[in-house]
Amino acid sequence: MFLVWCILLLNNQAKNSYEAILHDISGQASKEIQCDQNFCLFATPTRFYFMDRPPFRRANKLGLPVRQIYVSSSLWKKNLAAAGPQKFTQEFIDKQVEEFEVGKRHLANMMEEDPETFTQEDIDRSIAYLFPSGLFEKRARPFMKHPEEIFPKQTAIQWDAKGRPFHFLFYTGKQSYYSLLHDVYEKILAIERHQDKMRNKGLFTSDTKQILLTGSRWLLKEEIEENLVENISDQDYMRLIQLMEKLLSMPYCSLEKEFILKFRKQLEVQSSKYEIPALQYDPQGVAFSVADGRRKTAKASITLRDSGSGNITINGRNYLHYFPVLQNRVQLMFPLLFVGMMGRFDIEGSVEGSGHSAQAGALRLAISRALLSFVSEGEVEKMRQAGLLTADPRIRERKKP
Amino acid sequence: MAAGVLSGVRQVLRGPRLVSAVFSCHGQTLSSASAAVKSAPDTGENVRWDLMKPYLFGSRLDIDIIDLEQTAEHLQRALNFTAHVAYRSGIILFVSRRRQFSQLIETTARECGEYAHTRYWKGGLLTNAPIQYSPGVRLPDLIVFFSTLNNVFQQHVGIRDAAKMNIPTVGIVDSNCNPSLIAYPVPGNDDTPVAMEMYCRLFKMTINRAKDKRRGLTF
Repeated sequence: MFLVWCILLLNNQAKNSYEAILHDISGQASKEIQCDQNFCLFATPTRFYFMDRPPFRRANKLGLPVRQIYVSSSLWKKNLAAAGPQKFTQEFIDKQVEEFEVGKRHLANMMEEDPETFTQEDIDRSIAYLFPSGLFEKRARPFMKHPEEIFPKQTAIQWDAKGRPFHFLFYTGKQSYYSLLHDVYEKILAIERHQDKMRNKGLFTSDTKQILLTGSRWLLKEEIEENLVENISDQDYMRLIQLMEKLLSMPYCSLEKEFILKFRKQLEVQSSKYEIPALQYDPQGVAFSVADGRRKTAKASITLRDSGSGNITINGRNYLHYFPVLQNRVQLMFPLLFVGMMGRFDIEGSVEGSGHSAQAGALRLAISRALLSFVSEGEVEKMRQAGLLTADPRIRERKKP
Repeated sequence: MAAGVLSGVRQVLRGPRLVSAVFSCHGQTLSSASAAVKSAPDTGENVRWDLMKPYLFGSRLDIDIIDLEQTAEHLQRALNFTAHVAYRSGIILFVSRRRQFSQLIETTARECGEYAHTRYWKGGLLTNAPIQYSPGVRLPDLIVFFSTLNNVFQQHVGIRDAAKMNIPTVGIVDSNCNPSLIAYPVPGNDDTPVAMEMYCRLFKMTINRAKDKRRGLTF
């Protein structure tokens, strides 16, 4: 059953609508026959018609002839668009969770690993190994994830058996959002009361511990909608952010630190995404680093040695011989020029594939990456902004008629 | 003055806190010091609703004075009705569009186990309920308006919608409100925090007592 899980990655929705269409087509045919059968049996019990209209005249209560209007199958088709997004019951989701857990254990057994300590990364690795896919779109590749991540969070029935809604703000229409506003305002009032108490005791100070907000941003409207499982408008979102800012403006806001941080998302520092190649040492004690780079179909590998004199050797030949064109040599030298370490390194490189320009570009990327281990954090950010660390994604466009 | 008016009314209404319910400041004149003194030619509107005249003594220094004996009778009828609805497990919805009391009313609703709507009223909440919520939703059996006006000093849409859907309403009507469509109007001040807290306390007490009686507990 877990194989179904793995393979049935894609469009659950597409699959279901396909099934629904199949059902409809078969349903239609049977309805037509049924209709005719009932109609015929009622009118003329002796004869049996199959897919034919009976040749007699019906009459209504007044005795006047009535022309039967045949209902077309388009009326019987389920209006799939009007049904809204597919709803999953809680039992369905629970069953999927159970199947996922069982499938996870089977997968661990197949990969000969411990089922108890099989994490999501292990699952991803195993699926990539068992079902290698060359598809470019990462989301189209096979995956096996926990049902909570696949099925969108939905609202269950909001009231009990007697019809009384569970939430006290149900009749507003946006219960989670307004309840959130209510809670935030409640916290603001609580902090004000705390402030008054401190003032009464004479312990009021404005220089209390402040919450660190650098490196994080407020959650976006879409993220909040996802959390609340409700749609909110732009004005609603702005109102919420205003209330949070008001909460933050109070001196004792650190009392509600965890609550506020739930609405902040940490921003990743862009430059820390780059993995800096490890600095290795020669038997002579000279530092060197190795890095790779690619451009179009060219692949390059560079060894950057410290305490050199600016010699550049590519594929065993001097760079002056290998790159007669000035532009390519400039490409090679640009990273070193940028960080100001021109005569410091000895570069030994190997490159293959594509043409001279692409090879030069690949070498440049490799040199920049190798330089990361010799350079400070601030310089890394500067190199990133200069575009030295970005791989050029341009490839050759296919021929069209 | 308050004590004199209240002699002969229920125990719970007696007390200095009711004094603020006597004076009614009109909605748009609340926020500034010149609030009490407004002149009709400036605003160009008639700020007192004529239908409210029977409930008022008159006006003094441009503030309308409400007759509290009548208020007390109306309030008793309204609370009695509320108690009966709560006893029969009806859904009670508190509505108000006064932003200063929104938090108080929502808290009151939560504490009595009933419902509140002190936010922007979307068009078809009552009249188009199966679409706005889900099919099979149950509408409130009683709507209590703590202020019958909305933020632009027009009658709250909920009053007309409740009348359309045959839902009885209880409403605190100030002297600039229209009491016609409300089933159990209670003439009183809807502006001051003291008055609002009193009303909230009364309704909460009534509903809790009715529910306790339902559950068989004595109060």
